[in-house]
Amino acid sequence: MSAAGRTVRPVSIASFAQSQNVRKDNERNEAEGLQPVIAEVFANVGITKDDVDFICSGSTDYLIGGPFSFVMALDAVGVWPPRAESHVEMDGAWALYEAWVLFQEGEIDAALVYAFGRSSLGDLNEILTLQLDPYYEAPLWPDIVSLNALQARAMIDAGKATEADFAAIASRSRRDALSNPKAQVRHDVAPDVLLEDDYVVAPLRRHALPPITDGAAAIVLAAGDKALQWSERPVWITGFDHRMETHSLGARDLTVSPSTAKAAEVAGVADGNVDIAEIHAPFAHQELIIAEALGLDDSVAVNPSGGPLAANPLMSAGLIRIGEAASRIRAGQADRAVAHATSGPCLQQNLVCVLEGA
Amino acid sequence: MAERCAVIGVGQTHHKAKREDVSIAGLVREAAKMALADADLTWSDIDAVVIGKAPDMFEGNMMPEIYLAPALGAVGKPMFRVHTAGSVGGSTAIVAAHLISSGIHKRVLTVAYEKQSDSDAMWALSVPQPFAAPLLAGAGGYFAPHIRAYMRRSGAPDHIGRMVAVKDRKNAMRNPYAHLHLADIDMKMVEESMMLWDPLRYLEACPSSDGAAAMVLAAEDAVSGHYPPAWVHGMAMRSEPTMFAGRDQINPQAGRDCSADVYAQAGVTDPRAQFDCAEVYVPFSWYEPMWLENLGFCGQGDGWKLTEAGATAFDGDIPWNASGGVLSSNPIGASGMLRFLEVAMQVRGQAGEHQVDGAKLALGQAYGGGSQFFSMWVVGSAKP
Repeated sequence: MSAAGRTVRPVSIASFAQSQNVRKDNERNEAEGLQPVIAEVFANVGITKDDVDFICSGSTDYLIGGPFSFVMALDAVGVWPPRAESHVEMDGAWALYEAWVLFQEGEIDAALVYAFGRSSLGDLNEILTLQLDPYYEAPLWPDIVSLNALQARAMIDAGKATEADFAAIASRSRRDALSNPKAQVRHDVAPDVLLEDDYVVAPLRRHALPPITDGAAAIVLAAGDKALQWSERPVWITGFDHRMETHSLGARDLTVSPSTAKAAEVAGVADGNVDIAEIHAPFAHQELIIAEALGLDDSVAVNPSGGPLAANPLMSAGLIRIGEAASRIRAGQADRAVAHATSGPCLQQNLVCVLEGA
Repeated sequence: MAERCAVIGVGQTHHKAKREDVSIAGLVREAAKMALADADLTWSDIDAVVIGKAPDMFEGNMMPEIYLAPALGAVGKPMFRVHTAGSVGGSTAIVAAHLISSGIHKRVLTVAYEKQSDSDAMWALSVPQPFAAPLLAGAGGYFAPHIRAYMRRSGAPDHIGRMVAVKDRKNAMRNPYAHLHLADIDMKMVEESMMLWDPLRYLEACPSSDGAAAMVLAAEDAVSGHYPPAWVHGMAMRSEPTMFAGRDQINPQAGRDCSADVYAQAGVTDPRAQFDCAEVYVPFSWYEPMWLENLGFCGQGDGWKLTEAGATAFDGDIPWNASGGVLSSNPIGASGMLRFLEVAMQVRGQAGEHQVDGAKLALGQAYGGGSQFFSMWVVGSAKP
């Protein structure tokens, strides 16, 4: 196993837990929402916080509308005595990458990674606009649904997709979510029925948008003896990379994802057969872009968990992709999987993680 | 550490109250280009970019790495964003250094910044939160009671804080990049400045600055640049809870544990004797004596005596904040990285007028939150 010519130290997804994904969790703050998830992710493998060498989390202040939202969330772990700990203002998938780097160095043998976000607290269309260039773009207040509609329109204009394709992806995702008790939007509705939805912003109809979700997730990583002790069928990270694209939407071909393709190349996606892929494509059309960039063929089961169209808790939806893919390998439903996470408007930044069973 | 990591390029902006001549992208590029030039590299030589800053609400720009990617040459590369409160500048450098020491990358650009004039940090720190006590007085109001507690515990006389305020501002006169250049600073001027949060007066508090810091870190086989490298001898981060009855907020366990870890990595047993200088996060004057004790430069209750005796002055035996420190320049997100960067400059011998003669081993420290997040590194002119 190698990435960019370097030997990769195998790191195992030893445990995964996520909250119930809901439209609005009005009764618990961030730490209260996280605490049961942290307890579960430890209980799954019979350990406590004292068994991990490092803690890393992902979240964003802009959901809560105040500074340092990660600070009080740390109380869900209870870092006493003091612990080696870090935080990224990114999806938890990148927090997992930071921990993975320390494993590569040989510094640590076990780590806790978690992420949380209550998307219901504000108006996401306004909040996510603040990710744009603050001088030239944000002052125009283009909302995130409209930007993604531009991307979907570019797909249609390029002859790469139709509105029926978006409906088929949404229909499949929500039907698959029926087998995922943690998912938020779960139903079996045929694509032609979905196509009767009104447009939110053409060509995106209601079904092509992700739900607004409050949720949290956590993963325990382990290497060496701990990985073997904590899991009967360890799931190994065998390739991992992430890449950035430029910001200006006008400077990008929105119908392709070169950053995903590059990350997939470094992570070695094509080095073996892919059984399943968990793709962090919040808008239906984005699944097609990412699947193409990952080089997936029709035999790959995409988003068997229902994916982000069934539950899209901001800041943990990417981490959940890794957890869901690992869970299916552990359950024997797959031997090799690809998990993907994204950040920024219209898939600007992308992460690819390759997972394999023992 | 698996692979050796070196600082081969440093850059920082001229820190000012308002850098109205540049955008945020222009600000970070100013520091990054200087670091690349120092390392004798160009953008294409960089494998990955790691950026850090304090809360996004300080500028009103959510996850700004998204917007800054092209300005920092990150297109097509891994780009990573760290946020660990006030310690973030140090944590960002550490996350970047691990990308080298793990063997994943050869050359990493790390950048930290704050453009405080784009918004109002005091407001951003004071937004009411559900179920949380409001922090309406900003950071100074939060830390002032801790300082009172330190004074009571240690029996330190009132003038110690003023001494630190004067010393760091005099040091800043030697640093062309410092925000504050107060040529006339003296004890009387500090004493006559407005009381902000008793016992802290206006001139005992850090300024609000626009500024950025950048470093190029490299693996041993990728060292380049105009000055000898600063080798990373140890690095560590520690966190403890905000609210916990067992905490000592005056002398936090996380700070003591973090320094113990980094000293063990660097083989330091007597920090006052072994370090030639230190850059320590002192945003309010009294944090110098408090951190002297927390970092083990003296026994408990003796920190103020070192300050009073001039041990931490530019011509003392262990100069602290020869650059002028956070009290002279405070682009919040970058303030921690500036500590890490300044000690690298010292052991590389490139600190100019504030160069500590013969500096070979130095400590950089940053802290954040309610004195609960710590990041530290030790750099040296010799290979570890």
